Amino acid sequence: MQDRAMEKTMEPALAVSDLNVEILGENGAFPVVSEMSLSVRPGETVCIVGESGCGKSMTALSLLRLLPDSARVASGSIRIHGEDFLAMDRRQVENLRGDKIAMIFQEPLSALNPVLTIGEQIAESVRQHRRLGRREAFARAVKCLELVQMPDPERRARQYPHELSGGMRQRAMIALALACEPKIIIADEPTTALDVTVQAQILGLISDLQKRLGTAQILITHDLGVVAEIADRVIVMYAGRRVEECSVYELFDNPIHPYTIGLMGAVPHRDRTEAAPERLTDIPGTVPPLWDLPKGCAFAPRCPGASARCLEERPPFIEKKPGHFAACWEHDNA
Amino acid sequence: MPDAAAPLLSVENLKVHFAIRSGVFQRQVGEVKAVDGVSFSIGSGETLGLVGESGCGKSTTGLALMGLVKATEGHIAMQGAEDVTQMRSIPRSYRRRMQIIFQDPFSSLNPRQKVRDIIRAPLDIHGIGTVEKRRTEVAKLMSLVGLRPDQADNFPHQFSGGQRQRIGIARALALRPDIIVCDEPVSALDVSVQAQILNLLADLQKELGLSYLFISHDLGVVEHVSHRVAVMYLGKIVETGSKEAIFTNPLHPYSELLLRSAPAHDPRKRHKFSAVSDDIPSATRKPLGCAFHTRCPLATDICRQAEPQLELKADGQSVACHHR
Repeated sequence: MQDRAMEKTMEPALAVSDLNVEILGENGAFPVVSEMSLSVRPGETVCIVGESGCGKSMTALSLLRLLPDSARVASGSIRIHGEDFLAMDRRQVENLRGDKIAMIFQEPLSALNPVLTIGEQIAESVRQHRRLGRREAFARAVKCLELVQMPDPERRARQYPHELSGGMRQRAMIALALACEPKIIIADEPTTALDVTVQAQILGLISDLQKRLGTAQILITHDLGVVAEIADRVIVMYAGRRVEECSVYELFDNPIHPYTIGLMGAVPHRDRTEAAPERLTDIPGTVPPLWDLPKGCAFAPRCPGASARCLEERPPFIEKKPGHFAACWEHDNA
Repeated sequence: MPDAAAPLLSVENLKVHFAIRSGVFQRQVGEVKAVDGVSFSIGSGETLGLVGESGCGKSTTGLALMGLVKATEGHIAMQGAEDVTQMRSIPRSYRRRMQIIFQDPFSSLNPRQKVRDIIRAPLDIHGIGTVEKRRTEVAKLMSLVGLRPDQADNFPHQFSGGQRQRIGIARALALRPDIIVCDEPVSALDVSVQAQILNLLADLQKELGLSYLFISHDLGVVEHVSHRVAVMYLGKIVETGSKEAIFTNPLHPYSELLLRSAPAHDPRKRHKFSAVSDDIPSATRKPLGCAFHTRCPLATDICRQAEPQLELKADGQSVACHHR
């Protein structure tokens, strides 16, 4: 295992700066991710949290250059171990993807190939990046399945995705992602499709593996419970932008942005300290459509503390206190 | 206040079995016991939370109550009415008193109908009021659930997910039912909108004295809305009791596992989740004896042989376990 203290000073495994992603719609392009910056160091887990349409999945896809044809990176940079990922040609990207950086998807049934056995799929990925024979690659696949604590890995490697339960499929996908020992893993809602008891196992597995392998992890989720369990640092997104970023402890102790505060009050959960309130604090209204964002702060129309300035001018994303960033005008006044 | 003395709805030994058919002649080759002997009651103004994981039969239970799937066996009785499971078709007088809200607000509304017609449909079917009265009733229902009545001529796609769920709720309320079956009503919604709908359901319960059968996989939501809770596992209720009892002193090992698995909402109370996979059976290959024994830390020989029955332990808390 690597030294934790050393990791802190290491250069980031992945650094994104000022990334803008847009969707090319019928009536011109509109932004889905704006001014996104983030960095992850080896051994660190950064969670990106937000509701549907906030741009979290688009961010994830752009990090692997897997954006759909209708979307493109308009500007910004993505550096993987210092190398400019966006400047690479197709072959370079394919060499890197699956080898240095890998992705775990939400729905393993649609992300796995239905006509190949689990073992064949993992072996295929290994052979793409390593000079191994078929037999060796398959043996490596079984090893990977062992690593993710798949019960009876020899037999499972010879089975097809549909023969496995949801939890085992997710284990298979994690094994596939880990096959070449990537330094960076992007996981998009890896436990959302799972039952709560299986989710607990997969969260346990993800954090065990990270401790052992020291990977840099970006985990996309809408679930603050998952964030509390697994994150080191958290980025909260709303309508395509970061609204808050800090350590997981700071986020739960002293959230700054009214949207973050609203989200926390809106979730009924078992760790509420106050006597269970009869009403949840809901956030009125809905998320604005990305092609028709309000002029000022995108959250202002739903914000209980919005002032005239919030409706007119977009607040900058700045450091409010050491290590705690947010985009809110009113916090400075409070 | 929930009235436990005279239950509004009582369900006894409800079973829903589906045939598995195969081959050219569609011969029956097996049976899925989706719901396998479930009993519970709901008092007036009370919310019973029905919690369990996918495939445990909680939604099928709700559909059977509504007559949307046919019960294989059992008794469903409403206060002051006959047992409906014995009848060839469910009478309208029963249907009027029980309505349902579905999980997916996209597929449960007809995309070609105006909101006005969607909400009015139950009134038309049951022939309630004059045309003019139905029109004003639709407007009333829309404001009751927090929609603007002037949007009545819009189509479902013009509304957001949360608003669509409000339309579904207005439709369920149209007949002034006593009970609403809420089948995962907030699972498809974003967190901030989920809170709006949960608050609305709570307000409506207070205002109209409604009872809910609240079906959900989300423990936080169930704890928030329920007065009493029933935990289902593979077609059976394994534990039932007051919300406080189930959430602070769960007796069944499965209830314990569920509560242990829910993520903490506090990074200082992180779990040490085990990554080990356990042998999770399904309704098609249900273990003999206690269905939970393959995953149970307490399992002994008797659990592999005999099926435990739901037994009253204390304070209205019942559990089906040989060791508790």
